[in-house]
Amino acid sequence: MEMVTLTIDDKAVEVPKGTTIYKAAKKAGIEIPVLCYMDLGDLNIEHKPGGCRICVVEVEGRRNLAPSCSTEVYEGMQVHTHTIRVLNARQTIMELLLSDHPKDCLICPKSGNCDLQNMAIKMGVREIHNQDIAEVSTYRTDFSPAIIRDMNKCIMCRRCETMCNEFQTVGALSAINRGFMSVVAPAFEMDLEDSVCTYCGQCVAVCPTGALTEVDHTHRLIRDLSNPSKTVIVQTAPAVRAALGEAFGLPPGTLVTGKMAAALRRLGFKYVFDTDFSADLTIMEEGAELLDRLTRHLKGDKTVRLPILTSCCPSWVNFFEAQFPDMLDIPSTARSPQQMFGAIAKTYFADKIKVKRDHLVVVSIMPCLAKKYECTRDEFKVDGNPDVDYSISTRELAHLIKQANIDFHTLPDEEFDLPLGESTGAGVIFGATGGVIEAAIRTAYELYTNKKLPRIDFQELRGMDGIREAVIDFDGLPLNIGIAHGLGNARKLLEDIRSGKNSYHAIEIMACPGGCIGGGGQPLHHGNFSILKKRMEAIYREDAAKSIRKSHENPYIIKLYEEFLGKPMSEKSHKLLHTHYVDKSKKIIYI
Amino acid sequence: MSRIKVELKKKDVDTIKEICRSFNNNPDELINVLHTTQHAFGYLPAEIQEVVARELRIAVAKVYGVVTFYSFFSMVPKGRNPISVCTGTACYVRGAENVLSEFRKELNIDVGETTPDGRFSISCLRCIGACGLAPVVMVGEKTYGRVSPEMVRDIIREYEDQ
Repeated sequence: MEMVTLTIDDKAVEVPKGTTIYKAAKKAGIEIPVLCYMDLGDLNIEHKPGGCRICVVEVEGRRNLAPSCSTEVYEGMQVHTHTIRVLNARQTIMELLLSDHPKDCLICPKSGNCDLQNMAIKMGVREIHNQDIAEVSTYRTDFSPAIIRDMNKCIMCRRCETMCNEFQTVGALSAINRGFMSVVAPAFEMDLEDSVCTYCGQCVAVCPTGALTEVDHTHRLIRDLSNPSKTVIVQTAPAVRAALGEAFGLPPGTLVTGKMAAALRRLGFKYVFDTDFSADLTIMEEGAELLDRLTRHLKGDKTVRLPILTSCCPSWVNFFEAQFPDMLDIPSTARSPQQMFGAIAKTYFADKIKVKRDHLVVVSIMPCLAKKYECTRDEFKVDGNPDVDYSISTRELAHLIKQANIDFHTLPDEEFDLPLGESTGAGVIFGATGGVIEAAIRTAYELYTNKKLPRIDFQELRGMDGIREAVIDFDGLPLNIGIAHGLGNARKLLEDIRSGKNSYHAIEIMACPGGCIGGGGQPLHHGNFSILKKRMEAIYREDAAKSIRKSHENPYIIKLYEEFLGKPMSEKSHKLLHTHYVDKSKKIIYI
Repeated sequence: MSRIKVELKKKDVDTIKEICRSFNNNPDELINVLHTTQHAFGYLPAEIQEVVARELRIAVAKVYGVVTFYSFFSMVPKGRNPISVCTGTACYVRGAENVLSEFRKELNIDVGETTPDGRFSISCLRCIGACGLAPVVMVGEKTYGRVSPEMVRDIIREYEDQ
């Protein structure tokens, strides 16, 4: 590799040719401020549009200031990052950015977690010149079931555009218009709800300001919790316990399962349950479906389509409904764990505690924004009453705990309630990419071969690579497994299936980087993937610590089938635990 | 954003497909494709952009982004007598802005819009190479030089029954 030597603030530094000034400075221990820039190293995405110009530096011999995030170094280059010229320019740029930005920081949903606010603090902005001549844009706020767009707060960093187009290949968002009127929007400025948006929330996860935020249900929840005529119960998704602690200053990867259960109980939930339970249930149904399709396929049944695709991820479901309408028969018909939980809670459990369906409020805590949308789907309602009333994100839960004056750190570790709180290690690994398929294999192997699994950990299915594959030996039958996380990677797998290029039996797909641990509702990782890896380790740690690690051995799942459902894929299961998909692709109409 | 609902006929869709094919359905040729398509149809309504996006295999949001970025592209049909006011440097310093606002006032439409009767539309262009005649206005193919705000009403009157 060709190396280049340069000096930054009179400090010599040697870096490979092609390195940017920003990265070279970082190596020299100099932190140049950046705003629009975003480095998602592990995704091979470096977003450096050079748009905001906050990162400008002075380069000797160059007439104008250089954006350090997108300017490559050269041999003998002399860079100065804090001359008076640079500092003045940076101050002016910041003031111009703020000149047409709303000043409602105190009540902004991003307050305290806003890159623009942090930059203003860092630079000590005390006055905004030119404020009078700026045209403050007056875009109407776009409310969808999961994400809110307030484009008056958009600073055109275009990070969301990169996530939506390059990483997810969804293509819902693009920069439109010019000058003061330029913002990021769906085609024809239609509402997000009418666009191809999947609600993955990765745009929200990287948005530096309050332009993109989640729909907040915390006040609704507080109202329900204080209503004596309602029984409010909660389920918590596997990935939440691996990230919630970060919101309370704990290091990434701290498991807070027990403290979370304790906090939920103190918030006033009547029963604190676990989505891991219904994850086990999902495995029973999805695993049975896999084996059914597989055995029919092996017997030569040509009506069976393989591979079978997992269907737990609502953003992924939205994606294939909108973009792969010709393949709606491939994904498993099993509902997601969130929805299975709701369906069981409002039938089996409601009967048990003798509470009427419409007096039972089922709330879910999810690392996800698409879950907010999923529970509003019509097929998950009975006479207009939803199985899951609403979903709140990990971030919203953290706010709630703080609002309720609960000192998270001193909470004791408590257990989930029974029966819908008992889960196995297979349920918890749903939170990480590769986890659902590993859980499915643990169960499907034993049901298919009638033998005990020689090992429980399938390292070959784990990891952070975007697309992974493995062959699992089902007692002589080699089962080809594919795994993708990120919808861009999913698209590649789907296109290969469509063209007949791959021969997988089963594929797991998760929309977010790392799976649910990197979900759009988690504490913001700002693209730092070392945080995701730590959350992933925590998930597998919890799995390893469980005494039961296969879904079909969960005693309360066994009991649920004995008392209520019969067997997997029974008529009752089909009614309560399975779903169908609809073509949401927009047809081009011509006559 | 003004929105006109258009029903594309099969032959229109075929025309767009043909234009895309002539650029090898290459997404990098988006601007050229849009240019040619606008020439064929006069404007680029949402329905046309959707076909272009599908043929070039890019997000329709991206196509819309490009259409709204360049003032040359229009999502509304031009009037029968399209008025183009040059706002290039020479015309600008010689008062194009005042001429433009007089047209807007007289016709009661903004730049990029068309009068409800479909007779006039206003757009801006950057330099037609007649700086000696600044400020310059074009109506259709006809050029007017050294235009002052006072002349605007007379220019419009010339086209009143067209």
